[in-house]
This record gives sequence, structure tokens and C-alpha cells, in this order.
Amino acid sequence: MPRTHVSCTVNGDEVDFLSSDETSLLNALRDELGLTGVKEGCGTGDCGACTILVDGKVNCACLMFAPEAEGSSILTVEGIAQGDQLHPVQQTFLEGAALQCGVCTPGFLVAAKALLDENSDPTETEIRYALAGNLCRCTGYDKIIRAVQEAAVQVNGASK
Amino acid sequence: MAQYVTDFMRYAAPTTTDEAVELLQSDPDARVFAGATDLIPQIRAGRPEPSLLVDLKRIERLVAVSHNNGTWTVGAATPTSALTANPEFSAAFPGLSEASGLIGSDQIQNRSSWGGNLCNASPAADSVPALVVNDARAVIAGASGERTADVADIVTGPGETSLNDGEFIIEFLLDDPPAGSSDAYLRLIPRTEMDIAVVGAAVQLSMDGDSVASAKVALGAVAPTVVRVPDAEAALVGSTLDDDALAAAAAAASAACNPIDDKRGTIQYRRQVAGVLTKRAVQIAAQRAKGAN
Amino acid sequence: MTVTENPRTYKYVGTRPVRHDGLDKVTGKARFAADLDMTGQLRAALVRSPHAHARIVSIDTSKAEAMPGVKAVVTGADFADLDPTHPEFDMAVNLMARDEALYNGHVVAAVAAVTAAQAAAAAAAVEVDYEPLPAVLTIDEAIAEGAPIANPTNRTLFSGDTEPSNLASVNEFGRGDVEAGFEAADIILEREFRTVAVHQGYIEPHACVADCGQDGKATIWASSQGHFAVRSKTAAALGWSTDRIKVIPAEIGGGFGGKTTIYLEPVAVLLSQKAARPVKLVMSREEVLRATGPAPATKITAKMGATNDGEITTLQSTMYFDNGSTKGFSALTGAMSVASYKLPNLELHAIGTVTNTARSAAYRAPSAPQAAFAVETLIDELAQQLGVDPIDLRLQNAVVEGDVTAMSMPHPKIGFVETLEAIKNSDHYNSPVPQGAGRGVATGFWFNIGEQSSATVNLNEDGTATVVTGSPDIGGSRASMALMAAEELGLAVDRITPIVADTESVGFTDITEGSRATFATGMAVVNACRELIEQLKQRAATIKSVDVEQVEWVDGAAVIEGQDPLTIPEITAMAKNTGGPLTATASLNAAGAGPSFAVHVADVAVDEETGETTILRYTAAQDAGTAIHPSYVEGQIQGGSVQGIGWALNEEYIYDSDGVMENASFLDYRMPVASDLPMIDAIIVEVPNPSHPYGVRGVGETGIVPPIPTLANAIAAATGVRMTALPMSPPRLLAAITESAGS
Repeated sequence: MPRTHVSCTVNGDEVDFLSSDETSLLNALRDELGLTGVKEGCGTGDCGACTILVDGKVNCACLMFAPEAEGSSILTVEGIAQGDQLHPVQQTFLEGAALQCGVCTPGFLVAAKALLDENSDPTETEIRYALAGNLCRCTGYDKIIRAVQEAAVQVNGASK
Repeated sequence: MAQYVTDFMRYAAPTTTDEAVELLQSDPDARVFAGATDLIPQIRAGRPEPSLLVDLKRIERLVAVSHNNGTWTVGAATPTSALTANPEFSAAFPGLSEASGLIGSDQIQNRSSWGGNLCNASPAADSVPALVVNDARAVIAGASGERTADVADIVTGPGETSLNDGEFIIEFLLDDPPAGSSDAYLRLIPRTEMDIAVVGAAVQLSMDGDSVASAKVALGAVAPTVVRVPDAEAALVGSTLDDDALAAAAAAASAACNPIDDKRGTIQYRRQVAGVLTKRAVQIAAQRAKGAN
Repeated sequence: MTVTENPRTYKYVGTRPVRHDGLDKVTGKARFAADLDMTGQLRAALVRSPHAHARIVSIDTSKAEAMPGVKAVVTGADFADLDPTHPEFDMAVNLMARDEALYNGHVVAAVAAVTAAQAAAAAAAVEVDYEPLPAVLTIDEAIAEGAPIANPTNRTLFSGDTEPSNLASVNEFGRGDVEAGFEAADIILEREFRTVAVHQGYIEPHACVADCGQDGKATIWASSQGHFAVRSKTAAALGWSTDRIKVIPAEIGGGFGGKTTIYLEPVAVLLSQKAARPVKLVMSREEVLRATGPAPATKITAKMGATNDGEITTLQSTMYFDNGSTKGFSALTGAMSVASYKLPNLELHAIGTVTNTARSAAYRAPSAPQAAFAVETLIDELAQQLGVDPIDLRLQNAVVEGDVTAMSMPHPKIGFVETLEAIKNSDHYNSPVPQGAGRGVATGFWFNIGEQSSATVNLNEDGTATVVTGSPDIGGSRASMALMAAEELGLAVDRITPIVADTESVGFTDITEGSRATFATGMAVVNACRELIEQLKQRAATIKSVDVEQVEWVDGAAVIEGQDPLTIPEITAMAKNTGGPLTATASLNAAGAGPSFAVHVADVAVDEETGETTILRYTAAQDAGTAIHPSYVEGQIQGGSVQGIGWALNEEYIYDSDGVMENASFLDYRMPVASDLPMIDAIIVEVPNPSHPYGVRGVGETGIVPPIPTLANAIAAATGVRMTALPMSPPRLLAAITESAGS
């Protein structure tokens, strides 16, 4: 089986891995790099549990072939905290009980961070549409939306 | 069920159209892709099983957007999020921008492209009716060089296109809309996001004061391919969009449908809603066109 | 928001600390079963039937076995031969077909190989010779005269019949005289209701890793609602004794009832045994939808009578619940859930059917939402016809303590009236209905269960504590356990570490189901803490050389008159000299699970040209008894509400005429997304359950019961159209609106 050598930046670290060409970036992140915080809920881009940032943009890792990552900069849930400082969305998800089973949480956190990176003061409707690609079956979304709203307040407070 | 039941696939990322053409010539089972948002689920489901995956996104022309001499040139692999985020483009083609922005979640938007949306050849592709009413053309690369075709002529049936073996779309061409014209696209999905259109309706109108100077209506998801609705266009042209004209356009749209019953909607439903969305899209396009005067 | 008549105030119970497992879950460190890898591990893939019903003539695995990387192949012949009367027979046959494939997607063989791709390729190379048999796909087909038998091993439960049948169970119960009830009625309403199968929709697909050693003992890492049940079910399916199996609970990515049974573990264990290597088995989403879980499709006729002054005199209902390929109790629990009104005359027929569709599984208040759809729709129509407020009508007929359930058992102390009043007094209900919208209300009931739980509480040498239970945490229960322990011991909640231990590290504990974890396992924790407090008092007496009767336990310290109090750290520091470590264990079979009632109200707008429903506002009130961690109680209410909303509006199993599920993906199995919804305002009502030390009632399930009729009633108010079939999706609703306009 031919394997392609892929070099990219993951959570700030330069990494290399070998990947069979048809494998998804999701499988490569989980199986080759051990980043199991990136979850598979569907494998077809419909649930967002594998949401990652590729060059700053949200993507479903399950909808990318691993070799496509060559040269890119990838951020997963494992990389969104700054050292011992949780990202505001991580903190507000914890404090606001915005997770129950927690399996969708990594994808939501990455998508929420991406939203706040682009729009630090989103409306409720903007948050709901920005997170519409992420399925949660436990919470009914209520506490997730509130946690993102609260994180936005913190992000704005920090930037002022 | 089949999860990558393949001997193997190879991946290639050419950086020029010539390289891509060569790769496609070298392997009859090669398959081009841009965002792969349709291709990967299809491979997972066991169909198709290409032996060579040709990633077009590293070819500069395929991801470039420019506006020169009254013509927009949009790379076929350009992520739709780049179009919806482009204020100049979205002002020129608000309906086409909205249609492009409806292709899936934010995650999908960073991968989905007009080229992929068109060549996947789903009857329900959101961008295609809006491209058709804007008279979009596609520049196609192949072994015998480049050629240009109307977008309306690319898809020939579900999963079928008029592209020859080894051909792929490089870019799309769109002329600036005439003064006093605009477009709109509406679709019906059961949820508010993450669904495939049950019905899509695109309208492009040119207004002369309060009356319609020209009209184009195209419907998605109601027939094997996107359908233009000349009867609806005729009902609108010359009218002031009074209730009778709108009702006639809606009725013509319903009549133009040749839908199927499937897991996403019934024949009856698609017919009924095609008329409703056509009427509503006409009103939005007219409002915009008047503003564009 | 909390409406409370709970008189007690607590220091820790009722607060909202950050959950103890939270940090791992927001940093990606939490390990779900699919995240685990063992050294030397193989990957497995399943071979599934392409037929809805077929005799398995033969299976040839030789080609698959010869393929690269393949280490083991198993088929039904490798599994224990259970008697059909064995309680786990259906589970065992469901996870590996024997003589017949009973539905499309039924597993017929499994392969383990070095890589997942090799396993998948080998699975595709297993050759199965099927003889297709007539398939029965719907309730109507199952009960039709002369219908083919869907599953030849099925015998009707409770019937004593020895012949195969398409009826899974038949129950009849009631009271009074329904005919007299109808005679006394001024208004009689009768309708037939239909619902289709829906899935629990947990985001984590089923997954496990099994490692069977050369000693014939297996360790299983599983995401489940109950790892002791994984052990017992695996043992049954393999014919093993339980001492050969250890199950280590992984984090579980949602269950909602669907992970109370098992699909993979015995298969993985057998593959591991054959290959002598660990085996990981993970389902795809398509497999999850095709072959696990759904909640039953139903056909329910209901006839209700009432007097002009609003007394509901009688209810007569026949409820068919489709169990899918094997028998179950879905019909019984559905009928039992009709327990919210006095109903002096009641006649219920609960009939389960068997068809060639995926074996149904429990789903949050199993079968109650479908039954509530029927009953709560009729009550809404009754209120409409009588011109009375729908909440007032329900208050007039609501059960209170001492009134009887559908099974004619007296209700204990319940909070139905309080929950109705919470909605009646809510800001939502007292706000005008938005222009053009419709408002609907409906109620729900779930009886909740107790069952067996164990807990151990260990005090560490520095006075911190570890609370060890066997209840998988599916929605924040670890935090609740820690809160109750904190309250008992008088120890700050962040000094307590709650963990879920494996089957060899804590006493037997039943599945996390029936909204029982915080109730029953919580009681075990409380009992263990109380035992620990007795030990602490004894140690304090020893330290101070007084009689233990002179020691009182007050706010986390041993208090002896005339002496300084001894805190837990002070006592544990001296444990070595006073009798050794402090630890206590409690086990129980909890009785007195308090029933929980919910009342929901929704405002909806319907686009009458397209059939689209938009929920403008939604409020859900529920009696929690006592909310141990209010945020997670709200979360249960909100999550249940939204699952019910999805069931009401867009979720459905779509089968083609061959019994193939056409929409086995999250694209076309349409669960609600964030942009479909408004905030879900949760009102916690607290009418404490006298059978629990803190008054807890299970809260997990009731929330899914009211949404279907709540939305159906709101749609009726908005459009004048009564929807009696689910889902109320745009095509169906527009068809009903169009039909109603034409008639």
C-alpha cells in the first residue's frame, strides 16, 4: 500500500506522518498522531464532532484526505488552551454545564473558538447558525449557546 | 457500510492545469475533487472507488477570484465561504451568494465549491439554479485544450455530466448584472441547516421602473436536472408583479416540475412548494433590482 | 428557574459546581471506547445481512480467512446455543444471527485483521448463501391475517402460547366500566395515531475493545450505560461464567436507553480469543442507524369521554408498539405511562409486534412519548370543545397522592399539580400568543425505577474523599454523587473525587436507566457516607477517650461537649492509630423511586404555504423532587425536550419496500440542529420524594414525553389542523393543511 509522507503543523508543533492516501485526516489525527480528542460521530461531515481548524478555518477532519494536510496549520481541541490557561469557551462550557456526555464537545469548542475569532460579538442567531454543523443530542443546545455568549463577553472584556 | 474497501487509492495534488490533465489521461479511474464533501461520503458508501484522487485546490487558477472588464472569473475549486465573504461579489450577485452559502455548515462552506457542486450533478445542488439564471459559463480543461460551455448544459442527469473523460472545470465566468437587475435564491429544507434542498428556486430579474424587463427562473430538486421555466419568465416579463402575474409564474413553476417521491419530499409537495418559492424569490429579486437601479 | 416547595436548605446539594470530569472533556483528554488502543490490537468489521429476512443456508469464510492481515473470523456457529426462553436469547441472537437473518443489517459474521481496511475488505469477502424469506415490515403487516412469521423463535409473552407469532406481547388492564363511562360522557373523542421508528441519536457510535488472554479471561473496555450488564450479557451470549470477564467503563458518548443493551462486546471477545490479540470494534454511523436502537413505531387508537363540566369519565385505548425483530416490553411501558389523570374507567390493550426491522431498544421514557401523543391530543381537543383552559382541564383531572396509576397502584407523593401550576404561573403562559402563532401545552409522566446499586466511600489520609460507584455517568451523575457525599460528610465538594469503577472494583450496580442513577446510586452513596460518619464518630471517641454516644457529627466535624471539634482531616491523620483506614460500602435494591411529571408549553408559527414549523418559544417544567445539581437537571429537561421536538417534527426511519433503511445518515435522519431551536426555558419544580434522603426524583426521562403532543397541539392552534401521524414534517403538514382547506 503506498503511503504518503505528510508534513504539517498541528497545535503549533511541526509534525510528520505517513498516511495511506485514501485515509481521512480524521483517522490520521487519531491513529497516527494520537489526537483522540477529535471524534468521529458520522464520518460524512454531518455531525461536526471532528471539527478542526485548518489554516484558521473550520473543517470536518472526516471530509479531508490526510495528504491534503501537507503544509497546512491544524488546530484541534487539544491545542486551544494556552498552556495552563483554558480558552474562554472551555471555561464557560465548564462553568455553564454546556456538556453532558462530552463527545460532541471538542467539535463545538473548536467551532465556537473559530466563530469568536471572526466575530467576537455574535448574536444568538449568528451563534446558532455558526454551530449548526455540530450536532449535540444531550443538551438541546441551550447551555451551549449561553456558554458561547458568555465566552464572547469574556473575549470582548479581554480585548478592551 | 463498506469503509474504505479498496485495494488503495493514490492522491495527487497538481499545481498546474496541464499536470492535472496529464494525470487524468494517465488513469481512466482517476477522479478530480475540490472539497471532497460529496466524494468522501460516496467512497465510504462504496461508490465510486477511484484509483487516483486528483486534488485541484493547489492549482492557482482553480482557487482564484477576479473581476476585470465587466466579468467575474471564479476558480472552480474556490471555497464558497470565500464568495459569501466577498462583499463586492455578494453585492453583485446576492442570490448566487446566498445559494452558495447554503451548501452545508460552516465546516462544509470552507470546502464546498461551485465546481464540485455542479459536477457532483445532484439535481438538488443549491448553487446551480442560481448560476443558471445568471448565465454563468464554465471554462473546461481537457486533453485537447480549453473550451467554454454554459453551466446550464453541463449536467445531463443525476450524477451525469456532459464533460468528456479527463475533463474538469477550471473556472466560471459571470458577466456583471445589467443595471436595474438582481437575483434571489430560496430553498426549502425540513430543518434550518444541514439538509439537501427539497426544492430550490432561483430568479434573476431586470426591472424597468415597476415593470419587469426580463426574467429568468430556474428550479432545483424538482427534476433530473435544473429546469428553466420559460412559462414563468413569460408570465413575469412586462408585468408589474401584480398578484395575477405572480400566481401565473407560480403555476408555471409548479407545472414545470418533473419530480420524484423520495425520502426528502413527495411529488405533490415539490410541485406545490416550487410555485411558492418561485413567487417569493421573484418578490425578493424585484425588490433588490429596484434598489439596484 | 426553580419553583420550590422544598423546605430544606443544604450547603452543597442544590449548588452548581464544575463537574469533576469536565476538564478532561473540554480538553479532549476524556477517553471514550473508540479512543482506546491496546498493544497488539486488531481491528474488526462486521458482515451484515442485505436481506430483511432470509434463511442463512451457509457461510463460507475461507476466502476472508486467506486475506492479508486477517487473524480471526466468527459466525453464529461460534456462539453459545441459548434456549429461546433464556432472558438474553434475543440479545444474543441480535448480535449474531443464527439460522435466519431477521432484518436488513443483522450481523451474520465478523472479521478481525491487522488494520481496519483489511478487516473491512475481508468482511466483504465473506460469502453468505441466503434464501430470502417473506419479510414483515410494519405493524399492519405483522397483524394481518395470514401474515408470514417474522421471527420463528418469537412466542407471545404472557400468553403461554407455544406457536410462533408476530405478537411479542399482549397485555390488557384497566378498571371501572368504560362503557358506563362513555354513557356518562357528554363528549366522546376518538382518533387513531401513527408514529414511525426513531433513533436515540447518541453522537458516539457503539465501540469496544476486548482482550481475551490465553487463560480464557477477557477484559472489555466499553462505552455503555451499565458495565455490569455488559459483563452479564456477554457472559450469557458466550456461555461463560462472569468471573472470566472484567468490564472497564470508558466514557460514554450518549445513550438515552440505546446503550442499555449490547451489540459488539461478545463478538469482539470471541474474535480476540480466536486471534489471541486485543480487538477493537467500532460501528459506523450507518451501522448505528441501520442496526441498533430504534424506538418502536406505533399505531394507537384512543377514545375518551368527558362530561360537559370537564370530568374525564373514561379512556379506552389499543396501543400497538413494534419491537422490530425480537420481543420486548415496549407496549407495556407505553400503556403504563397513561397515569396522569384520575380516569375512573380505563381499558388499555397493549400489544407488541415483531417485524423484520431492527430490534428496538429503550429510548428515554420508553414508549411514553407515543402514548402521550394520543392521550394529550385528545385532552387538548376536549379543552377546545369545552372552551376551557387546557391547564385548568388537566388540573381538574390530575392525579394526586393516593390516586391510582394505569396499573391501579396508588401514586405516592407526586408533584403533578405543582408542575401544572408552575406552567400556569409562568411568564410564558401569561404572555400573549404572538400574532399568527399557536400555543400548545401537554404533559408527561414517567414512573422511574430504583434497582440495585453499590457505592464505596474512601477517606484519604489527608481527609479528602473518593466516591466509587458503578453507575456510568451519562449526564453529570458523578457531580451529583459528590454533592450528596459533600452534604453528608460536611466536606467541600472539590475535596471529593467521584469515580466510576470497573466490575471488579465496586459492588454490583444495575444499568444507568429508568432515571435511577442519582436516585438509587445516590442513596447508596448517602448510606455509605452515613456508615462512614459512624466510623468517624467512633474514631473521635477513641481519640478523645470518650464514649461514642457522647460524639455528635455536626457540619463535617465530630463534636464532643467541652472539647474542640475534630475535623475529618484531624481524624484521618490519626487513622493508623485508631483502627486503620476509613472506608465504607453500601449496597441496596432501592425502592420508592418517585414518579416525575412534566408540563411543556410551546408557541409555534406555521408557514401554511410550505408546511414549515418554527418554534418561537418553549418552556418546560418538571418535578425533580430535589435538584442535586440544578444545571444538570435543567440539562436533562432541555435535552429531553429537544429530542422530543426532533421526534415530533422531522425524525423518522424511512424503509423501502425491501426493508432497507433509506436514510441511515445524519444528513437524512434529521435531528435538530442549533439553528432550529429557541432557548428551552427549564423550570425545576421541587416536590421532594419522601423515599429518598434528599428527596430526589429521577429527571432523565420525563422531559421527552410532552414535546410531541405539545407541538401537535400548538400546530393545531396555529392552523386548525390536527396532526395524528409523525413526523409533522413540512411535506406531511402541508399535505394536511391542503387537505383541510379542500374539505
